[in-house]
Amino acid sequence: MCRLFAVTSDVPLSPMEAVGALNVMKEGHDGSGVGLFMTGLGGELERYKELPILSGIVTLQGLEKVDQYMSERGFTPLYQIPFERSASLPSFTPKREMYLVRVYHTPKDREWDMLTEKERQDRYIEIRLALRELGLRDQSIIVYAFWPDTVMIKEIGDPVEVARYLGLDREGLSARITLAQGRQNTNYSITLYACHPFFVQGYATMTNGENTAFVPIREFLSSRRFPGYVGYESDSEVFAHILHYVHKWLGLNLETYKHVITPLKDESLGVHPDGEELRRLKHVMRPLIIDGPNCVIGCLPDHALLMVQDSKKLRPGICGGRPGRFVFSSEMCGLEYMIPDRDKTRDIQPMGTDMVTVGEDRKEMRLWSQWDRYTLSRAA
Amino acid sequence: MEPMGSIYIKPSSLSVKDLPWQIYWDKEKCTLCGRCTSVCPVRAIEMGVFRKRTVNVDVNDRSAASNVHTIYYGIKQQTEVARACIGCAMCDLVCPNRAIYPLRSDEMDKLRFHIDQGGEPRKRGGRRNSPGTLLDQIKFTRISMLTDPALDAGRHEFELRTLLGRVLSPEEMVSHMEEHGWSLPVREIYPLIIGSMSFGALSPTMWEGLQMGIAYLNEELGMPVRMVSGEGGVPPRLLRSRFLKYMILQIASGYFGWDEILHAIPEMKEDPCAIEIKYGQGAKPGDGGLLMWYKVNKLISAIRGVPVGVSLPSPPTHQTQYSIEESVAKMIQSMYMAWGFRVPVYPKISATKTTLAVLNNLSRNSFAAGLAVDGEDGGTGAAYDVSLNATGHPIASNIRDAFLTLTRIGKQNELPLIAAGGVGKSGNPASNAAALIMLGAGAVQVGKIVMQASAGCLGSEGDRCNICNVGLCPKGITSQDPRIYRRLNPEHVAERLVDMFVSFDTELKKIVAPLGRSTSLPIGMSDALGIADANAAERLNISYVC
Repeated sequence: MCRLFAVTSDVPLSPMEAVGALNVMKEGHDGSGVGLFMTGLGGELERYKELPILSGIVTLQGLEKVDQYMSERGFTPLYQIPFERSASLPSFTPKREMYLVRVYHTPKDREWDMLTEKERQDRYIEIRLALRELGLRDQSIIVYAFWPDTVMIKEIGDPVEVARYLGLDREGLSARITLAQGRQNTNYSITLYACHPFFVQGYATMTNGENTAFVPIREFLSSRRFPGYVGYESDSEVFAHILHYVHKWLGLNLETYKHVITPLKDESLGVHPDGEELRRLKHVMRPLIIDGPNCVIGCLPDHALLMVQDSKKLRPGICGGRPGRFVFSSEMCGLEYMIPDRDKTRDIQPMGTDMVTVGEDRKEMRLWSQWDRYTLSRAA
Repeated sequence: MEPMGSIYIKPSSLSVKDLPWQIYWDKEKCTLCGRCTSVCPVRAIEMGVFRKRTVNVDVNDRSAASNVHTIYYGIKQQTEVARACIGCAMCDLVCPNRAIYPLRSDEMDKLRFHIDQGGEPRKRGGRRNSPGTLLDQIKFTRISMLTDPALDAGRHEFELRTLLGRVLSPEEMVSHMEEHGWSLPVREIYPLIIGSMSFGALSPTMWEGLQMGIAYLNEELGMPVRMVSGEGGVPPRLLRSRFLKYMILQIASGYFGWDEILHAIPEMKEDPCAIEIKYGQGAKPGDGGLLMWYKVNKLISAIRGVPVGVSLPSPPTHQTQYSIEESVAKMIQSMYMAWGFRVPVYPKISATKTTLAVLNNLSRNSFAAGLAVDGEDGGTGAAYDVSLNATGHPIASNIRDAFLTLTRIGKQNELPLIAAGGVGKSGNPASNAAALIMLGAGAVQVGKIVMQASAGCLGSEGDRCNICNVGLCPKGITSQDPRIYRRLNPEHVAERLVDMFVSFDTELKKIVAPLGRSTSLPIGMSDALGIADANAAERLNISYVC
C-alpha cells in the first residue's frame, strides 16, 4: 500500500520536507517511486505565477520535439529549473536525459489575448495531451502537467535518494502546498504515467489502495468527451478525473464529489433529511461510485486540500495541524514528523462518510459529513 | 407397405424403440394400482392385458409336453405419435413401488420424422433443445488478494439494487437543477426479475404462488423483486390491490387483457412498477405470443377479453407499428401518459443482429426507460419447434455489443439494459446473472428456472416434457384444467420462490465480494471476467484465461 502525505503551509516549504515525511512512513512503501505535486509556488517560480509550467521528463530528441511544438504554438521558454544531479544515481532509478520543469510565456498575439480564461485552460490541456502523444511511442516525452503555478516531479526509486539526486533541496524550490506519494509497487515494470499524484486542470489527487470499480468508471469518464479524460495507466487516475468532472465540468459543489463517489446506502437515504435529492444524485452518478479500498487526498484549483475515504473506510488517513500549517497523511508518524507541536486532540481520522478540507486561508480544518444537510448546487 | 399378418404397418407406425422415451415397467414390483396410467399427461401408457403361452416339456417324457395359455395384466406403452411418452416421469413419481420409469432411447428417435401429422409442424413449450450456455463458461477471475482485501459475503453490507427507468445524464441533471425541470420515474429494484409468463400460460395456482412469494420477498425480506405480467392481463383484484406495485405490466401485439387493465386505472391504489412493451421474445423471435385453445377456458377468456376455446396467436408485430422512429416512440409516450408519466415504460425485443439499430433509436428517445433483450435460450409456453431450435441470437454478445455501444455514446447509465435468455439454464442463475451484469446488463430476467425451482417443472433441454402449450402440464404449472392445477399448492410455490431468491442473493454476494464490490452492482465490470475460449473472449472483449 502506498503512503500519502500532503502539507499546506503559509510559508512555502521545500519538497524535501514532504519527502522526509514519506521517509518516516517507509514501512508502508517499498521505495519504488515518488511523486510530487506542488502548487502555491514560492521561491524563484513565484514570480511566474500566471504562466504555465511544463513538468515532465524528456530525452534530448524529445526536447527538440517539445521546442518545435511549443514554438509552433507560440509559447516561448522563459525559465527552467536546473536539475544538477549532484548525488549518485539511486539504485532502480533509470538514467534520464533531462528533467523538465519549465515556465513558458504565453503567445504574444491578439488571438491569445482574446481568449477567455476557460479557453486558455482548454489550450493548456490540449498542449499537454499533444506533447504526451508526440512522445508516447518512443518514450521521448513524458509530461505530467502544463499548468500555471504547478510543478510535478515523478521518478522511480527511493523518495529520499531520488530527491537528493535531483537536488530538490535547492534553495528557491518551494511550495505552499505539496502532495507527495511514496510508491508501493504492484506492477513489474513501472510506467511513470501510473504514478500519483494525478493532475488535470488544477485538480490533483493521490490515492492508496486499488479501485475495484475502475473499468466502469473509466468507461464512463471516457464517454464524457472531455479530452483530458485519457491515460488511465493507473486505476487511481479516475479519482482526479471524477473530482474535476464533478467540480469543474459539471460545476457542482465539493460536497457533491463525496456523495458521488461514496453515496449513502439506500436505507440511510430513507432517513436523511435531503434523502430524495441525494437519491436522484446517486441514480445519475451511479457509474462513478467507487467501491474502495481507497483514501483520497486531493488539491483543488483554489488551493483547498481534501481527504476522503471509501465508504467502508478500509485505508488509514489522518489530518492535523495548527493555523498556518496542516498536514493530511496516511499515517500519524508523517503528521508527527511535520507538525509535532499541534493540538493532537484536534486530529481527525475521517471515516466513511466524512470529508476533511482545509482552505487556502489555512485557519482550520473543516469536517463535513454526508449526514449533514445537502443541496445540489453550483460550486462556489 | 403390405400388411404383415394382421398388423397393418403405416409409414408413421412406430415401435417403442422408435420413440425418444421407453417405459421400463417391472412386472414383479407392479401392484396394478393404476396411478401411473391415470397420471400420464399424454396417455402414453395404458393398462394392458397380455396373453402368455408357456410350453411345458417333461425332459423324461416328451409325449407329456403341453401348452399353457395364461393372461396377465400390466402396463403397455402406446406408440401412436400423439401418445408418445414425453419422459416426464410422473409415472415414477406416483408409483408406490418404483415399478415404472421412462428411459431415454439409446439412439436418435424416429418420432421426429412423423410428428407433423396432418401437415402441422410440432409446437411445444420449453426452450431450445440444447443444454448448457456460454454463460456457464464465464468465470470471475479478478479476485481481490492482499493488495485490496476481498470482502466478506456474509458480514459486509451489500447494495445490489439496480435501476429501471430513464436516468438523466449528469449534464442534464445540472440543467434540471437550474431550470427546476422534472424527470422521468426511476425504480430501484432487485436485479433478478421474474420474466414475462402470462396468466394463461401459467395456471392460476402458479400465478398466485408467485404473487405470494413476491409479496413476501418485498414486504418481509426487503428485496424489491419484480415480476413481468406477460401478455395475458392481470386478475382484476390484483389490479386494484397494493401488490400491483410489484408488477411490470406487459403489453404485446395481441393487447390481451388491456381492456381490463385500462378500465382499472382509475381504481388502482398503486402504480405498477413499469410497463414492458413486448416486440419480441428470444425463444421465437419474429413470432408473436401463442396461447393454444386448450388453455383458453372461461377464466382466461374473461381476463383476456376473448372467446372461450380459441387459439390466441398474437401477431408478430404490433399492428400499429410500421417504423421504430415514429410509432414506437408514440407507443412509449402513450403508455407513459396512461399513468401520468409516473411509470417507466421500456421495450423488450428478442436478441438479434439488429439490436443495435433498435438501441440507437431508443438512445435518442428520451422517454425509453430501458431495453430488455431476450436471447435465444429464453423459454416459452408455446412455439413452433423450428422457431425454438433454429431462430434467435445468443444473449452474451448481443448484450455486450449493446452496452459497449451505449458506453461509446456515454449513455450506459441513462438507458438500463435488461438481459434474458438462458439464465440459470444449467442451474447456475447467480453466476449467469453476474456474468451478464458484468458484461453490461443492469438487470436480468428469468422464467424457466422460476418454474423449475419454485414449482418443480420437469421440462429440459433434453426435450423432456415440454408440453406447456397443450395445458397438460403434469405439475399443474402451465395448465388451466382445475383437475391438474390443483396439484400445485400456491403456498409451496411461494415458499420455494423465496428460497430461490434468497439463495440467489447469497450466491451473488459470494461472487461480488471476492471482486471487492459491495456498494453498487458491478455493471460493466468486464475486467472481472475471463473465459477459456479465445474466440469468445475476443468477441466479448474480456480476458482469455486457461
